Amino acid sequence: MAATTTTVHSAGPVTGSRSFLDRLRDGDELARLITFVFAAATVLITVLLVFELWTGSVLPRHKFGLDFFLTRVWDPNSGDFGALPFIYGTLVTAAVSLIIAVPLGIGAAIFLAELAPARVSDTLQFFIDLLAAVPSVIYGLLGVFIIVPMMREYIQPALNNTLGFIPLFTGPAYGIGFLTAGIVLAIMVIPYIISVSREVLLSVPRDQREAALALGSTRWESTWKVVVPFARTGIMGSIFLALARALGETMAVTMVIGNTPNISASLFSPGYSIAAVIADQFTEATGDLYLQSLIELGLVLFLLTFILNGLARILIVATSQRSGGGH
Amino acid sequence: MPAGNARLRWRKFVSGFMLTMTGVCALVAVAVLFFILGYLVYHGGTSINWNFFTKLPAPVGETGGGMANAIVGSAKLLLLATVIGVPIGFLGAIYLAEFSTGPIAFVVRYAADLLNGVPSIVIGIFAYSLVVLPFKHFSTLAGGVALGVMMIPITLRSTEDFMRAVPNTLREGAMALGASKWKTIYTVIVPAAYRGILTAVLLAFARVAGETAPLLFTAFGNRYWSPGWNQPIESLPHMVYIYAISPYEDWQRQAWAAGLVLLGLILIINILARTILARGVSVPRS
Amino acid sequence: MASVRQAVSVNITPTGTTQSTNRESAAPLPMRMSVNKVNFFYGAKQTLFDISLGVAANKVTALIGPSGCGKSTLLRTFNRMHETVRHARLEGEILLDGQNILSQDVTQLRRRVGMVFQRPNPFPKSIFDNVAYGLKINGSKIPIAEAVEKSLRHAALWDEVKDHLHKSAYELSGGQQQRLCIARGLAVEPEVLLLDEPCSALDPISTAKIEELLVQIKDLCTVAIVTHNMQQAARVSDFTAFLLTGQMIEFSPTPQLFTTPGDPRTEAYITGRFG
Repeated sequence: MAATTTTVHSAGPVTGSRSFLDRLRDGDELARLITFVFAAATVLITVLLVFELWTGSVLPRHKFGLDFFLTRVWDPNSGDFGALPFIYGTLVTAAVSLIIAVPLGIGAAIFLAELAPARVSDTLQFFIDLLAAVPSVIYGLLGVFIIVPMMREYIQPALNNTLGFIPLFTGPAYGIGFLTAGIVLAIMVIPYIISVSREVLLSVPRDQREAALALGSTRWESTWKVVVPFARTGIMGSIFLALARALGETMAVTMVIGNTPNISASLFSPGYSIAAVIADQFTEATGDLYLQSLIELGLVLFLLTFILNGLARILIVATSQRSGGGH
Repeated sequence: MPAGNARLRWRKFVSGFMLTMTGVCALVAVAVLFFILGYLVYHGGTSINWNFFTKLPAPVGETGGGMANAIVGSAKLLLLATVIGVPIGFLGAIYLAEFSTGPIAFVVRYAADLLNGVPSIVIGIFAYSLVVLPFKHFSTLAGGVALGVMMIPITLRSTEDFMRAVPNTLREGAMALGASKWKTIYTVIVPAAYRGILTAVLLAFARVAGETAPLLFTAFGNRYWSPGWNQPIESLPHMVYIYAISPYEDWQRQAWAAGLVLLGLILIINILARTILARGVSVPRS
Repeated sequence: MASVRQAVSVNITPTGTTQSTNRESAAPLPMRMSVNKVNFFYGAKQTLFDISLGVAANKVTALIGPSGCGKSTLLRTFNRMHETVRHARLEGEILLDGQNILSQDVTQLRRRVGMVFQRPNPFPKSIFDNVAYGLKINGSKIPIAEAVEKSLRHAALWDEVKDHLHKSAYELSGGQQQRLCIARGLAVEPEVLLLDEPCSALDPISTAKIEELLVQIKDLCTVAIVTHNMQQAARVSDFTAFLLTGQMIEFSPTPQLFTTPGDPRTEAYITGRFG
């Protein structure tokens, strides 16, 4: 008989658990069973999900094996399916988004944790939490009508003129493409970096900062050389979290990336991401191999986010343990 | 020591400058929210009219259509999602908080966290395999399942956190009066934690209300009404998507309107949820 | 205004009660720091009342008193650490070498007046980098490695860590970490080192080691220490100030305060009747 988790002794035997019959009579055993079923359902659903992804991608896994990840060609007509363009696009847009979002996010988190008075910090955090609640499709809407024209008319030409000698910034200015998608993604992941980083910065023990100040540091020096390094594992965790989000983002990306399986050094080039191609082509996939190739891409996405989220959790927990548990 | 002073002046300058920059970062981050709202209100506000809420989409090229079917569609999908997701999350959380032991609890929590991190499009694939393939057509049911699955982990983890936060003294008090475990749960613990649980449900609801990706190949879309649960159905976020990428100006205007309605609803629910939580007993953040 | 590093002899002798005036030493000692009529407020609440005392150069001055008497609050005004708290307000004058610390640049002040805290708080860096931190930001006249060794020797830690300088500071024991913090503070060659109950989190052996080195570093700088342990004050300090509910009750040379206290309240405290 499993023991109950409370430490209460009810009327009856003075041992820790009540008798089975008592529990049954009071409906406890039934309640336990019912709630267990629902808890188990959660596990079942998760297992089923992985199972469906695995079995649903059996054809391309057998046919292409690991070459699936190395082939550039994605041609439904000839039955050649290679994931490389989508992996490339996913990684490039994620990289662009992090390059933009990480400095901005950590900067904002530093402001909120170290400088702003508590009320201001909480109010701003409230707005940032609201930003995190904005759905992907709304960011896509803004992307299509505001950011894409801005990129096409102003930003891409300007980049081309000034930095055009770098291959990254060459090519015609379509407005859509890797860079635009990266920018939209950056806006979407900043709230996550800010929220988590702010929390880990706030949890750094006060006397770390005081020790730095007491040695004659300026405020910035105490923040940047002592407080932030103390929180660095948690901040890394926030970045992994943001990355996981960026990889899985679908709607905003598919609306501004161009949906073309390109691999190009230019950030102005239209491209594709894993999530975007699934969204775009799933309903039009004819034939099992086509569909299952898309499902295999889903499996890849699942694995990537699974690993990143796991790492993020470990890192964030590690920081809080260090701050709370002392040295 | 002049050299020393110059160095100090530089350090102080750097300090002031960098700290100001962090303020700028924070400002930029928050300003984005207001830009989004501003644009939506501006572009969408002018397009919202009675037609929007009452009419079905008009044929391509014609103006005057609306999104009545998408609004109702979202409502149906969300209803189904709530019916599927909340009980599983809620009851599962009760098991975790009140009945479970170490290893089982760990597995359930781990599964929930895993599920939470799955990209929504992959959940769509899952619902497709589970519901669309066997029945061989897109349906409200499939969409509801996809969204419901997404609601489970949020509801489960938050409910568990809030229930655990209820002090043991309340449990012991009830049990000392002879209440069984189950009775204690539904008369004492859940009422004590209801604020947090309600908040969690609202936030989960708001989250899936805006989801489009999992609906693309489950609910699929429908330019007409969708009776019952077995037919493809339209939803508000999906309309935003389709109309935004379309070449028709009338449709694009409607996309803004839909975006405004959608975001407005989501933000209101979020603000509501957080206010409910703030007013309540201090409990861990969800 | 260039800062003057020599001690300025000020005729502010330790104040005491009326009875002790005829027992003060004849020649005034040079004061590194002087506190004149300091009142401290936290919001609307006043926590220090009209404190005046002098911190003698190259001597150890102890602040003692029961919990909540304001001794830590007072100590933290000496390097303006109270300014990290939002509603804290200071009135009065605190001089370092004759100059008011409140009108100086605070970053520079804190290099000259260092602080060691109640619980050891090394940075998440190596032992070497902890000690080198202050040198790197403030600049150092001698090579950093040399300065680090010097400080670690002064803190009686060098022999224990010299082969492990690049290990994390967190691998040290509590007592070693605190000595590391002292080394870190000494590295920037401060004129005054403030210690806020430095041994309260440590075991007796570590405490003894630190008390020993406090007496030795007098030659390097002036020391001001807050302690709730009267025996410690009696062992290490040259002058002791007794505070009670924000007021300074008595301030005398240590042997005098502990053997023939001037005020009945002081006597009550040191004989253990309260606090």
